[in-house]
Amino acid sequence: MLRTNLTHILSEQEHAKLLQENENVMVCCGRMGPMCIPVYEVMEELENEYPHVKFADMEFDIPDARVIRDLPECRNFAGLPFVVYYKNGKVVKATSSIQSREQITSILDQYFGQEVKEAASK
Amino acid sequence: MNHYDAIIVGAGAAGLTAGIYLSRAKVKTLILNEGAVGGQMVLTHEIANYPGIESISGYELARNMKLQAQKFGAVIKSNIKITSFDLYSNPKRFIVNGKEEYTSDVVIITTGGRSRTLGVPGENEFKGKGISYCATCDGDFFQDKEIIVVGGGNSALEEASSLTKYASKVTIVHQFDHFQAFEHYVNEAKANPKIDFIMESKIIEFIGGEKLEKVKIQNQKTSEIFEKDIDGVFIFIGYVPNTEMFEGIIELNQYKEIVVDKNMATNIPGVYAAGDSIAKRYRQVTTAVGEGTVAALSAAEYLNKFEKAELAAEEVTS
Ligand SMILES: Cc1cc2nc3c(=O)[nH]c(=O)nc-3n(C[C@H](O)[C@H](O)[C@H](O)COP(=O)(O)OP(=O)(O)OC[C@H]3O[C@@H](n4cnc5c(N)ncnc54)[C@H](O)[C@@H]3O)c2cc1C
Repeated sequence: MLRTNLTHILSEQEHAKLLQENENVMVCCGRMGPMCIPVYEVMEELENEYPHVKFADMEFDIPDARVIRDLPECRNFAGLPFVVYYKNGKVVKATSSIQSREQITSILDQYFGQEVKEAASK
Repeated sequence: MNHYDAIIVGAGAAGLTAGIYLSRAKVKTLILNEGAVGGQMVLTHEIANYPGIESISGYELARNMKLQAQKFGAVIKSNIKITSFDLYSNPKRFIVNGKEEYTSDVVIITTGGRSRTLGVPGENEFKGKGISYCATCDGDFFQDKEIIVVGGGNSALEEASSLTKYASKVTIVHQFDHFQAFEHYVNEAKANPKIDFIMESKIIEFIGGEKLEKVKIQNQKTSEIFEKDIDGVFIFIGYVPNTEMFEGIIELNQYKEIVVDKNMATNIPGVYAAGDSIAKRYRQVTTAVGEGTVAALSAAEYLNKFEKAELAAEEVTS
């Protein structure tokens, strides 16, 4: 299990359940390595700021992580971590290798942000 | 009000050490950090030369230092951006993320360094899709593939040899006709049948579609340019100090490193610096920790004098 304070996805079933129960999901699939740790740290910090997004991690080397590794969106990835953003169970964006807080929040705002503001103003 | 006695800029080994010393001495301390807490320590899989600890992952050591600083009361704000600052004002002030203001009587700069990038077309586009800066992280994506390692220092030569565990062939591309690495790393690479060399040459462009497919290489002597098909490129071309924001404000040397005296004081009163961002020869966790200690103790002494001077000024005016 990854040593983070995020929700850990330990199996294909848990992954499916998480997508079913949450509209906006960000999953970071990696190891406890230098390119992955900064991404987990940003996600931990964003949990409070983006309550409408479910943040989770998954260990890259467990067999069930094929749900991420084998995604067509990750076909050309060759750098950890693989980060996948889901809306209503569908992949809307995937990134490879380390990402800064700014890069992550701009993706969250683009794909998950507007909706909440619109919903809140209704 | 967001006023602290001390603001430390950077939460690597130097900044966290300064944070531990200051907050333990009951100095109200804020650490502002742009990236992940731990800095370059987090990039290190194993640290085996930190006295008293036989072997520890960089992540664990950084985490321990962070918890220790927080336990003594230091406030750490990570993944922030300092959008403007004034080191000459009294108090010194920082604007974070364009909106939050923090002030302090003393500042310690510990912004460290980062990997140098090539800065050529395609480098950003293919990061994670063929271009990597971490052999231990991404080496296994290149099983039986052909890769290039860029650089001629210890990291480049050492990692080139270790990447032959995965890659079918490793070509080292280096801009000079000789290596700067220790002789044993060079000899090890030269003796490895999987390693080839392209000397006096630079990659000038990365080319591909959805992933990296080839690179353009230019010979530095003849200016001749050729293309090479490649699956991956690992870049190890040294480090640059994170001091851009201080250019024209604090005295830097020709390498853009912060100039300090033996007390880690910069040319600005009440501003100290420590760690990899200062002008020095050896960049290690132990040296960063040592300088962080000196900077913290000097800063505490400055605060003492500063408070006495403020009190004296108050007495004169009252
Ligand atoms: C791959 C690798 C392996 C290494 N192995 C070892 C080893 O085995 N043993 C050893 O002793 N040393 C090792 N080192 C060297 C060691 O890690 C460094 O010398 C040391 O960590 C430097 O600490 P620092 O605090 O000065 O800087 P850094 O660790 O660079 O920390 C600086 C911090 O400041 C932050 N920062 C930068 N700019 C700003 C800004 N504008 N505003 C706010 N914050 C900012 C950064 O995000 C970072 O968190 C290694 C280095 C690398 C890269």
